[in-house]
Amino acid sequence: MNQGPEQADGLSRRQVMAGAAGAAAAMILTSCGPKSLHEVPKDRLLSLVAEMEKTYKEKLGADIKVGTEPALPGVEFAYALDISRCVGCRRCVYACVEENNQSRDPQIHWIKVLSMEKEKGVDFAHAGAYYDPKEVPEDGHFYVPVACQQCRNAPCTKVCPTGATWTERDGIVVIDYDWCIGCRYCMAACPYGARHFNWTTPGLPTAEINKNTHYIGNRPRPSGVVEKCTFCIQRTRNGRYPACVEVCPAGARKFGNLLDPGSEIRYIIEHKRVLVLKEDLNTLPKFFYFYAT
Amino acid sequence: MRIAFLVLFLPVALLPLSAASPSAKKAEERPEVPPPPFTDGIFPCSGCHATMEVNPKRRALTEFHDDIVLRHDEEHRWCLDCHDAKDRDSLHSASGELIPFSESYRLCGQCHGEKFRDWKAGVHGRRSGDWNGHKTYLLCAHCHNPHQPRFRPLAPKPPPRPPQRPGSTKGGSR
Ligand code: SF4
Ligand code: SF4
Repeated sequence: MNQGPEQADGLSRRQVMAGAAGAAAAMILTSCGPKSLHEVPKDRLLSLVAEMEKTYKEKLGADIKVGTEPALPGVEFAYALDISRCVGCRRCVYACVEENNQSRDPQIHWIKVLSMEKEKGVDFAHAGAYYDPKEVPEDGHFYVPVACQQCRNAPCTKVCPTGATWTERDGIVVIDYDWCIGCRYCMAACPYGARHFNWTTPGLPTAEINKNTHYIGNRPRPSGVVEKCTFCIQRTRNGRYPACVEVCPAGARKFGNLLDPGSEIRYIIEHKRVLVLKEDLNTLPKFFYFYAT
Repeated sequence: MRIAFLVLFLPVALLPLSAASPSAKKAEERPEVPPPPFTDGIFPCSGCHATMEVNPKRRALTEFHDDIVLRHDEEHRWCLDCHDAKDRDSLHSASGELIPFSESYRLCGQCHGEKFRDWKAGVHGRRSGDWNGHKTYLLCAHCHNPHQPRFRPLAPKPPPRPPQRPGSTKGGSR
């Protein structure tokens, strides 16, 4: 639309410009201009999530609660996974899918369990995610589940051209699905394959939706956006353990507050042999792997 | 009445706050655990054993409990090393102290001290609940059969589907 002042409605250029300036001023004053979700004031955020809930009701027919819990003060989340315990059963993979409303078809898995050879050690060149024996663990193998490592020096957030992904105060790297334009730069930047793209509208049956969601977490995503693990932000910001921690039959998964000297995470870092994946890339993950024995 | 209500419940209302403070734990000498995983109808043991004479002789059981195969230092151990001969509904430690089944971790911890220490710290075994508040532990026996404690292999959930070609799935729209 490129309407000039000579148009039939008879507006002069001056009038049009004055109108535009007025509109711009109004946008700034009422702060209803476009802003990514981490910058909007609380009351605006509440009205935005109310809109989201209404849209979900109309489109998906589900009463979804979109939470806005902020980061807790004095908390930096970290995770630890006991490589000497994990048996590779993939219970965590599917608990995550259900908790976080991942697409069933096409299939999206935030957690990938890699089977590795004991002879070779932690080596991505000798790892596979498609193992399917009758029973696990298999002789001579160990398992390394990989999801977002919540890097402190996260390459993914630096490359995003729209500021749609950032690190929250409690250390969780999140994505604003309304601002993600689907360019997938972050996927290319992530050295852990932790980010996943919705090529289509997620195949998520209404009956299987987890209605307890968070606005920068597990709320149902549209097509064309990137998603990944958020440490179960909708649970952990309410004090609970992530879903994968509670489901793991081997008790291999540990979670807690890095800033609390009495936490399980600190105990592990202080008493066990701990490693991070691809340490040489200096991503500084907050997801640790350890050997309890 | 109303004041009494307030006085009674205020400390409770404050609890979640204090739980969020660092090092809220520590005082957990007796962690909360679900009831022991007994075979249906087997407990109390005294139900049968009260009227039976104790035969302290180490032997293979043939009349009852013959389904229990000991694979837990079986060369050196047998029933009455852990199960008490006098109080049939209890276990006992090496020093003879009675230990209820609900605290069997104290018995296991005598030999497996390192695991016991890790378990108390929440690092060995599964926990559920709140990362900064109330947590539920499991007894050793919930995951390890005390008679054959090796962790049993289990069937894995299905592997991921290999990536599909973009556009090969119908139904999506932008
Ligand atoms: S549920 Fe636990 S044991 Fe099973 S694959 Fe996941 S981390 Fe490993
Ligand atoms: S693991 Fe990947 S997605 Fe997660 S913070 Fe690091 S670079 Fe970003």
